[in-house]
Amino acid sequence: MMEKEGKIVNLDNVVVRFSGDSGDGMQLAGSIFSNISALVGNEISTFPDYPAEIRAPQGTLSGVSGYQVHIGAKIYTPGDKADVLIAMNPAALKTNVRFIKSNSVIITDSDAFTKKDLEKALFTTDNPFEELGLKSIQLIEAPITTMVKSSLENSGLDNKGVLRCKNMFALGIVCWLFDRSLSAAENMIKTKFAKKASIAEANIKVLNDGYNFGANTHASVSTYRIETSEKEKGFYTDIDGNKATAYGLIAAAEKAGLELFLGSYPITPATDILHELAKHKELGVKTVQAEDEIAGICTAIGASFAGNLAATSTSGPGLALKSEAIGLAVMAELPLVIIDVQRGGPSTGLPTKSEQTDLFQALYGRNGESPVVVISATSSTNCFDAAYWAAKLAVEHMTPVILLTDGYIANGSAAWCIPDIENYPSIKPNYIEKDIENWKPYLRNEETKVRYWALPGKEGYQHRLGGLEKDYNTSVISTDPENHELMTQTRQAKIQKIADFIPELTVQGETNADFLVVGWGGTYGHLCSAVNEMNKKGKKTAFAHFGFINPLPKNTKEVLSKYKKIVVCEQNLGQFAGYLRMKMPGLHIYQYNEVKGQPFLVNDLVNCFTKLMEE
Amino acid sequence: MTELIYQPKDYKNPQAVRWCPGCGDHFLLNSLHKAMAELGIPPYQTAVISGIGCSSRLPYYMNTYGFHTIHGRGAAIATGVKVANPKLCVWQISGDGDSLAIGGNHFIHSIRRNIDINIVLLNNRIYGLTKGQYSPTSPRGFVSKSSPFGTVEDPFRPAELAFGARGHFFARTVDVDSEVSVEVLTAAARHKGASVVEVLQNCVIFNDGTHSAVATKENRTENAILLEQGKPMIFGKNKEKGLVAEGFNLKVVTIGENGITEKDLLVHDATTEDNTLHQKLANMSYPEFPIALGVIRDVKAPTYDEAVAKQIAEVQAKNPTRKLKDFLMKGDIWEIK
Repeated sequence: MMEKEGKIVNLDNVVVRFSGDSGDGMQLAGSIFSNISALVGNEISTFPDYPAEIRAPQGTLSGVSGYQVHIGAKIYTPGDKADVLIAMNPAALKTNVRFIKSNSVIITDSDAFTKKDLEKALFTTDNPFEELGLKSIQLIEAPITTMVKSSLENSGLDNKGVLRCKNMFALGIVCWLFDRSLSAAENMIKTKFAKKASIAEANIKVLNDGYNFGANTHASVSTYRIETSEKEKGFYTDIDGNKATAYGLIAAAEKAGLELFLGSYPITPATDILHELAKHKELGVKTVQAEDEIAGICTAIGASFAGNLAATSTSGPGLALKSEAIGLAVMAELPLVIIDVQRGGPSTGLPTKSEQTDLFQALYGRNGESPVVVISATSSTNCFDAAYWAAKLAVEHMTPVILLTDGYIANGSAAWCIPDIENYPSIKPNYIEKDIENWKPYLRNEETKVRYWALPGKEGYQHRLGGLEKDYNTSVISTDPENHELMTQTRQAKIQKIADFIPELTVQGETNADFLVVGWGGTYGHLCSAVNEMNKKGKKTAFAHFGFINPLPKNTKEVLSKYKKIVVCEQNLGQFAGYLRMKMPGLHIYQYNEVKGQPFLVNDLVNCFTKLMEE
Repeated sequence: MTELIYQPKDYKNPQAVRWCPGCGDHFLLNSLHKAMAELGIPPYQTAVISGIGCSSRLPYYMNTYGFHTIHGRGAAIATGVKVANPKLCVWQISGDGDSLAIGGNHFIHSIRRNIDINIVLLNNRIYGLTKGQYSPTSPRGFVSKSSPFGTVEDPFRPAELAFGARGHFFARTVDVDSEVSVEVLTAAARHKGASVVEVLQNCVIFNDGTHSAVATKENRTENAILLEQGKPMIFGKNKEKGLVAEGFNLKVVTIGENGITEKDLLVHDATTEDNTLHQKLANMSYPEFPIALGVIRDVKAPTYDEAVAKQIAEVQAKNPTRKLKDFLMKGDIWEIK
């Protein structure tokens, strides 16, 4: 079991999973660990896995909260299975056993493995490891509770405060295991508890105790040195998808010279976008926490009418409530960014889990012929670019844009090279120009079909918009049959024209293979890793990943028709596959679908691709 | 009177008005044009937002900026307009179905938030555009196409909802009464914050005569009381009747009877923080009481749009960061060289 006694093992990547009660502070321990790893040059990708309950009963299976960190070189995902599991109680061990490798290192708080604790987690024997069939693990049993209590005996903290420091003891052990210097972690703790010096001090003391415990007593377990990678030069920060989305909107507003307005109603897992934007009053961001989802989008539509860069953020059920208002923005031809952080559905579904099941809702979930731009973000950091593009297309083409992210990339984080906004494409709102003759509110650029934006407050351009159909030439209400068809086709053509303004589809991996893997949105990392693994094994695989969905990139058909076998992978029952079949009849498409609320596993993808290839 | 910078016609759209002949909306539209001219806010600085329903067609008949939106959501859209550009004078035109049924949530929350918009609620106690169903203000037992045996539910009183949402401005007028309408619409616009003007409006087709008690000038002198700031509450053909407080209730008295003089009457004060008396007045119903018209409540309070702008200004005064990149560079970052 411990054959590599006392040795330092070099690995190109490692997956660490912190887990405990949802009140145990596992997210904090995990995020500090990922940040200090990034500081030494590791690539990082993280994923929190938290329960829907805010505080389920302590020690029970439903109350387990997890935070997975993948560090190393060429990291695209938070990793399939963990090399190291920190299990603060038996429930954490039990719920995470399916997420760990068979030979993983497991660190437990042995004080939390009493008979009573085991019963709470529904173990029936005294040996949970045996009961779970964990035979080849390396176990570090640390009496964390006892040691933290004695360490903080004279700290002045009450019992509750003392126990809150347990996560830092566990982090200390992990830092020892991966040869991480503690000074960076200490600085982060100081920042986190800047206003509570005594708590910061206690946490730092316990962190060191944990590290020393590892060094003193477990010199026999292998410690790891993780590969660092060559990265683009620049300043980096750790960013999750929701933050990146918020920043992308701010950047777009800055570029476009518009004020940013967010109308939103809290909903998991999208709320952090509202939280982040609400913080940035210094950048002039206006946020309205509306009375409901409908008011969230309607305040944004009002703000758009009045000349702000307007956005609303939500998740699947909220998008359903907003659908009538999206139709209004289609009809009024107003710019609007609608962010849907997809979660498990239908109905309330799996609020804290991730899926790609809202694609059809985004494309078609409205009455009437109601085309909107639909784009998706491919990773946590890509949320920045995707939000920027969503805003750019909205204001330049006077249309609502639905941006699909998902719970996985929204909460997952990775190191992000802080970009220079100057190098981003320009954003030029389609304002009314002075020399336009015979201006009417629905007068449009004949080439792009985009109408001009005249902002209230501007003299001489008073106009009335509305949800009723308007005459193509006069812009007054019209029920004329020919006109309605013309307007319907014009709105459709306007969206289709956008294909001329977005990047073309690119192919990665072995581009001249016969076999093409296709994905869209937040599955990019897993698909990319799986394709890399296929090619490493000599199984030539090409990979095309879609960010832009409606309209599709212009060269989509040309690219797809080059391949003999195409498999479209998505976390739904085949919505994008169906969409491609409809848009490009004749393509023979295989599907890989999973609807488990969890990210794909690279290993499963590789197995599926191998099988398909051999078919 | 000072000369008007703008004339009512400057707010009028030449497009043909399509309400039924005799509809109360025509009268209100004219009063609104007059009130806007009186206010003197330029048409291009004025935005009129509506939802869906007969009255919600109104923005098309304005020469201001206008937005005819979706059913019930006018208040939410108007809120966004005002927060985005607080310089605009924002009106929301709505009806009893639009604001009190499908849009009830936005109605109460825009009032609670105290966003500076002027809500004109045309209350005809019926759904006109869908051809005659009862509305949330139709009285119990009201017979309509969707209640052939009479309704079995009680109506809302718009004023009660506005007060329940802690409203700071409430006024009432009758569609045909241009003088009072112009007066209360002007007062509503001058009030900073959410102001509600209930317009008792006649639907000639589906609910003709619903406000007949106050539909003519003669009826109004007898059956209504025009509340005026600082003046005793007097009404009646010969100004012989008045209102007094009796315990927690109001009572109609006749001046000269039982030793009652004008000095015994209540004096209207729309500006008291406490809304108890305002509620009592607004809730008075005919025939037991006269129907209260005029500005019933008009109390100063911080507005939402000002508070949003103020908070931004306060943070900006302390924090010089204006660019996203500058903010990011101050965060938790590391450099790769």
